[in-house]
Amino acid sequence: MIHTESLARTFRVGKETVEAVRGIDLDVAEGELVAFLGPNGAGKSTTLRMLTSLLPPTSGSATVAGVDVVANPAEVRRRIGYIGQKDGAGHNYRVRDELLMQGRFYGMSRAEAAESGEELLRTLDLEALRMRKVSSLSGGQKRRLDIALGLIHAPGLLFLDEPSTGMDPQNRANLWDHIMRIREQRGTTIVLTTHYLDEADAMAERVVIIDHGRIIADDTAETLKAKQAGDRLTVVVRPDQAAAARALFGAEGSDLEERPDDDGVALSVRVDAASHAMPGVLARLRDAGLDVVAAAARRPTLDDVFLNLTGRSLREGES
Amino acid sequence: MAVLAPPASVRTSVLTDIGHVWWRETLTIVRDPFSLIFSLLQPLVFLGLFGPLLAGLAGDGALFGGSSLQWFLPGVVVMITMFGTSMTGANLQFEIMTGAFERILATPLSRASLMIGRALKELTPLVVQAAIITLVAIPFGFVLHPLHVVVGLLILGVFGVGVGALSYALAIAARKSEWIFWAVQQALLFPLLILSGMMLPLETGPGWMQVVSRFNPLTYVVDAERVLFAGSFDDVRILWGLVAALVTAAIGLWVGIRSIRRATM
Ligand SMILES: Nc1ncnc2c1ncn2[C@@H]1O[C@H](COP(=O)(O)OP(=O)(O)OP(=O)(O)O)[C@@H](O)[C@H]1O
Ligand SMILES: [Mg+2]
Repeated sequence: MIHTESLARTFRVGKETVEAVRGIDLDVAEGELVAFLGPNGAGKSTTLRMLTSLLPPTSGSATVAGVDVVANPAEVRRRIGYIGQKDGAGHNYRVRDELLMQGRFYGMSRAEAAESGEELLRTLDLEALRMRKVSSLSGGQKRRLDIALGLIHAPGLLFLDEPSTGMDPQNRANLWDHIMRIREQRGTTIVLTTHYLDEADAMAERVVIIDHGRIIADDTAETLKAKQAGDRLTVVVRPDQAAAARALFGAEGSDLEERPDDDGVALSVRVDAASHAMPGVLARLRDAGLDVVAAAARRPTLDDVFLNLTGRSLREGES
Repeated sequence: MAVLAPPASVRTSVLTDIGHVWWRETLTIVRDPFSLIFSLLQPLVFLGLFGPLLAGLAGDGALFGGSSLQWFLPGVVVMITMFGTSMTGANLQFEIMTGAFERILATPLSRASLMIGRALKELTPLVVQAAIITLVAIPFGFVLHPLHVVVGLLILGVFGVGVGALSYALAIAARKSEWIFWAVQQALLFPLLILSGMMLPLETGPGWMQVVSRFNPLTYVVDAERVLFAGSFDDVRILWGLVAALVTAAIGLWVGIRSIRRATM
């Protein structure tokens, strides 16, 4: 569905050259749900705008839905849906008018656009707002309308740039329900960007981590976490037992880390399936005469993956 | 690698696209008709305040080739066209800022239709405005030649699309700061208007003004409108007006499409 080769884009800002995207090779098969994850300025939006033909690449190539984005941008646009990072709905229009016009832009008849529009108003909980002026909507309401605008023509390939930003948890859940449902019903291929680590983790089968305009990891969230970070087991012991614990507990896994704790010293190691390993480890430590004050098994998050790959945390960059 | 294509949306013609873009823009008026009232009154003010001055100036004599009203009214119609279409980019700038422009760029609408549809929206009230000032002027001695006026409005429409497209390109070029759009629009609009002989006849002005006005496409359009409003088809100036309008439209659309393609907003 998507195939890119060394896709790159630079911007000139005054005398400076900004390398927003530095050569992306990506293949997305039909029906996949892919999430681009990365800090501010990583190049996620720029990549999406090249794939949607809105921005010509500086170099490299991209085929989207069977069409070359440079050679035939108009045809690409006919085959995709795009929900940008900013407000898609015009502020001076009524909600329903914008929806209907969007359908007409894609060549739908008035009746088709009205039917699809009504369904979207219902599923995205916008029914009561249909006659409201867009400028009077709240941020989250606007965002839901943007989603409806992008879905009106039921595209086979959908690009969403931070779809859930600004929504409350209830509406985020609704949005995901809706996305998952159209995906099930129509086999829609979906590429989205997000800042929400938990969202990428829970929803996408495939997470593409982008940093400084490059793909630095591309796999399922499970595999990324297992390969790049792994489970960690932590125990807290009294300071006088720290030396003994370091030797014994350190041998239970790899990558021993240590930090002071209110109750003494917290030691942690990387262990496969940490919660299953914990009872055995605790028993062995007790048999060796060590008093464990507290213990915890922790599954890694995508943030740990990012931290491991770049030495920076994604959360710090979040606003 | 084999890439499967999802079903594409129905292909639409450029004319359909223009119609859709025009209607979306026009909806802002339909949903809020009061916004139109001021723009309807504006040409009446011009006509009512300027007309008598001109009449006094020339003593209704040979300068205007008969009635000053007959001479001035087509000028007012061209002026409101210029006011309207040169602001095509103003609404666009707002939509560039909010993101609606990007959303619409991502639809299959043809690029030319984006500009033509918007320019036509600015031209829509013009038809009503022209009708009102014409009707008001009749009791004061204006002679209406309906067919000629329609042809005149069509030529103006073509010209207006060109001006609208240039305004569109200006909005994209000045997307970072709103005031630049207005500064450039004003700096160009008034010299163009005055140097076309639209408000005051250039015949009484200095020679250089007359020379400069020959390089102003608007001059030819104004001349053609005057001939048409006077009720004549048999005049080569109409042809020149049409040529000026077509050239302006072609250049405007070319510049506009280029700036859409190159935009990196
Ligand atoms: N139109 C533009 N002109 C100049 N520089 C740009 C432009 N668009 C993006 N950039 C720069 O390119 C880089 C990548 O930007 P991009 O918008 O793709 O990041 P992003 O990953 O989407 O970030 P965010 O999470 O903040 O949305 C940034 O350094 C940005 O400043
Ligand atoms: Mg972005």
